[in-house]
Amino acid sequence: MRSAARNRLVDRAFRWVGLLATLVSLLLLALFLADILHAGVGRLSWAFLRGLPSRFPERAGIYAALLGTVWIGAITALVAVPVGLAAAVYLEEYGAKSRWAALVEINISNLAGVPSIIYGLLGLEVFVRFWHLGASVLAAGCTLALLILPILIVTTREALKAVPHTLREASYALGATRWQTTWHQVLPAASGGILTGLILALARAVGETAPLVVIGVLAYVPFAPAGPLDEFSALPVQIFNWIARPQKAFGADAAAAIIVLLIITFGLNGGAIYLRQRWRQRLP
Amino acid sequence: MKRPHERLIEALLALSAGLTVLTTAGIIWILAVETWHFFRQVPLGDFLTDTQWTPLFAEKHFGIWPLVAGTLLTTAVAVAVALPLGLTIAVYFTEYASARFRQVVQPLLEILASVPTVVYGFFALTVVTPALQAVVPGLAGFSALSAGLVMGIMILPFVSSLSEDALTAVPHRLREASYALGATRLQTAFRVMVPAASSGITVAVILALSRAVGETMIVAIAAGQQPRLTANPLVPIETLTTYIVQVSSGDVAYGTLEYNTIFAAGSTLFVLTLLLNNIGYWFRRRHQQQYA
Amino acid sequence: MARMHTIRRARLGWAAAFLGLAGCNEKSAENRIRLDGSSTVFPITEAVVEEYARVQPAARITVGVSGTGGGFQKFARREIDLANASRAISASEQRACRRQGYAALTVAYDGLAVVVNPANTWVKSLTVAELKKMWEPAAQHHVLRWNQIRPEWPDAEIHLFGAGVASGTYDYFTKAIVGTAHASRGDYTASEDDNVLVQGIATDRLALGFFGFAYYEANRKALRLVPIDDERAGNGAGPVAPSLATVENKTYAPLSRPLFLYVSGPAARRPAVQAFLRFYLAQAPRLAREVGYFPLPAAEVGQQQTLLADFVARSQQVKTIALAAPPAP
Repeated sequence: MRSAARNRLVDRAFRWVGLLATLVSLLLLALFLADILHAGVGRLSWAFLRGLPSRFPERAGIYAALLGTVWIGAITALVAVPVGLAAAVYLEEYGAKSRWAALVEINISNLAGVPSIIYGLLGLEVFVRFWHLGASVLAAGCTLALLILPILIVTTREALKAVPHTLREASYALGATRWQTTWHQVLPAASGGILTGLILALARAVGETAPLVVIGVLAYVPFAPAGPLDEFSALPVQIFNWIARPQKAFGADAAAAIIVLLIITFGLNGGAIYLRQRWRQRLP
Repeated sequence: MKRPHERLIEALLALSAGLTVLTTAGIIWILAVETWHFFRQVPLGDFLTDTQWTPLFAEKHFGIWPLVAGTLLTTAVAVAVALPLGLTIAVYFTEYASARFRQVVQPLLEILASVPTVVYGFFALTVVTPALQAVVPGLAGFSALSAGLVMGIMILPFVSSLSEDALTAVPHRLREASYALGATRLQTAFRVMVPAASSGITVAVILALSRAVGETMIVAIAAGQQPRLTANPLVPIETLTTYIVQVSSGDVAYGTLEYNTIFAAGSTLFVLTLLLNNIGYWFRRRHQQQYA
Repeated sequence: MARMHTIRRARLGWAAAFLGLAGCNEKSAENRIRLDGSSTVFPITEAVVEEYARVQPAARITVGVSGTGGGFQKFARREIDLANASRAISASEQRACRRQGYAALTVAYDGLAVVVNPANTWVKSLTVAELKKMWEPAAQHHVLRWNQIRPEWPDAEIHLFGAGVASGTYDYFTKAIVGTAHASRGDYTASEDDNVLVQGIATDRLALGFFGFAYYEANRKALRLVPIDDERAGNGAGPVAPSLATVENKTYAPLSRPLFLYVSGPAARRPAVQAFLRFYLAQAPRLAREVGYFPLPAAEVGQQQTLLADFVARSQQVKTIALAAPPAP
């Protein structure tokens, strides 16, 4: 009997331990965000957003890096979306039973687990050297497109799977071919889910640093790219450069740039979640 | 008229799907070719047995172990933080917490996983390292401890949500039977549910390990750039990923031994993560069969 | 019907974006100037480029930090127009660049700084012989503790930080201290990025490292400078610390050195590059002093300007024949 009482005590104690573990994790997140805000919010201003990199930490700004990130996001999306959509449609609507499709599926799961720096090496060899694109926005965009392709395919497939079969069957019953059904019925119905997946994948892509460093992003690029073959700077790489500088004042610049990056990342993630809610409500 | 049109479209779609296979082939190809160039100049025995990595200096050593040791050391610290914490949270969520609590807290934990890793690196260097230096005497400015701790926080959501999935997959009847025998929630959780979900939890740990092994920015910023074979988490070390970044930041003249060492390290990294991922998937398939 | 409109709009939007991006050509190739190379010279170049942007906003100048060796490789491959260098061009690099021709412009002087952490109370000065003992190849895995250098020093690990092998600072330091370029131990924290070294030394009581003087100057409070004794009677007795005086009269030996900017023949033919270089040489003394290096005396600045004008004139005349490069200083 005594041991049962002790068991109940330990049980109740664990409730607190579990709660504590959860709170500690959230507390660390809060501490970490608070520290960045404290260090960087003083530097945030229009001048910072419109300024160019400088040797004086008080004058440095992220204009070039911010535009570089926007360019990278655009090119990554432009390259990844057609390929990802096509691959997901194939796997989901067409090749469900074939050995080819099974091989591709296993392959995609493996690719999703490959470290991002390996994609950087792939980009260095194929896009920078073999295709002679140099350390340009285009090379970076293609590399990051390959990086997010597995995620994009998986989320697009989820979205396609969520479209009820009745929609497809009704379309076939009216005499439409598989492609007509896919293009005119299934894709529009799944568009919310697909968009959600794309935004989440982009949020991941704009935060990537390692592949860009391996491709050869330069230390000092004080202008925004004028074309896809131009050199560029990017927000994560600029942050990395400023972190590496030991003067404390650059730490404030890094923190301010991190705030901007987090706003972008959290904004994209939040937008995706909101979209997912709305899309789920629309499906029967 | 429509048939060939349809078949063309199907072929194009299949080709797009094939691009992913092409990507894998591309990765394997470039790693293999450059590593082969590396091994034409460096004996495999040296690579696997030497205990120093100084490929660029006068006295050249090509032992991969210092870099692998650095990678494993930071990973070990990360898992030592993430596993107990993540498992506790997962048990708490599935056995104790209310649904509303889960609904509110779960997304907050997911935020941890969506933060870019360069931001974690900043945190490690500017907050965690000075804080640890006040507590741990003799801690160097760059160390595996500091980077590993922050990595642990980063992979925490992986461990907790995958363990949670594993725990919820265990059939209710096991839990109810345990309660029927008079066990407390804690006893049920740790003596019945966790062992029943053990392969799922193992998968969670393996995938988190794989994520930690492949991590670059946190260790590049906070763990140091000194390859050394050690189990001491308080000194600067260098991981496989940091070495690749370090040499890529300089100029990489195509075809030199320096260039090839990047790919030798890259191949080692790829093999490690490939092994871990596939062991994880094999475990997961075995786990799924148990409750088929 | 509404869905089809959305799809059509999306398709049009995608196509437009793609064409728009693809159509953006490089309009300003003439104003593009590419620099790369030494991390030591980088602060001066960065300052000059920033000031130049005020005078010439249309200029699009990028600067990489691949190390002197890396910079020369890109220079030889014609991937960059100007190379920052903290040592003179080597024989093999000369051969690679002979076709395009090049000129070496001296932009400032540096006194390579040997630094320790401020909490290091035992190192008051170091001799060249002691530095050699610490850094030569034979020291790898053997010379690991402070009391192996001088017995009265603490029995604690030495944590070494220094330039990486692509760095001109590395080449210069090894030549001056060990006696042979590229000969050093390999078991230290090596980086082409001097900022990493500063951070490492500033946070480690047992650390010792070397880098360009500007990096010490910018982080004075976090580091302590070590005077060096070259043990040569004719060169100023006793340990000498780097300063404007000691670097100019060369008593801070053997670690005083010039810093260079190399320009290629094809680049020198472009008016944009010529204008930039004239600006660079004129502003270098002021900006070098600002970032923490030692400026060229006025007479020498004039010499460099003449050297540049001569090279520009020669490269206009001789386009296809290999240019005879001026002797490296």
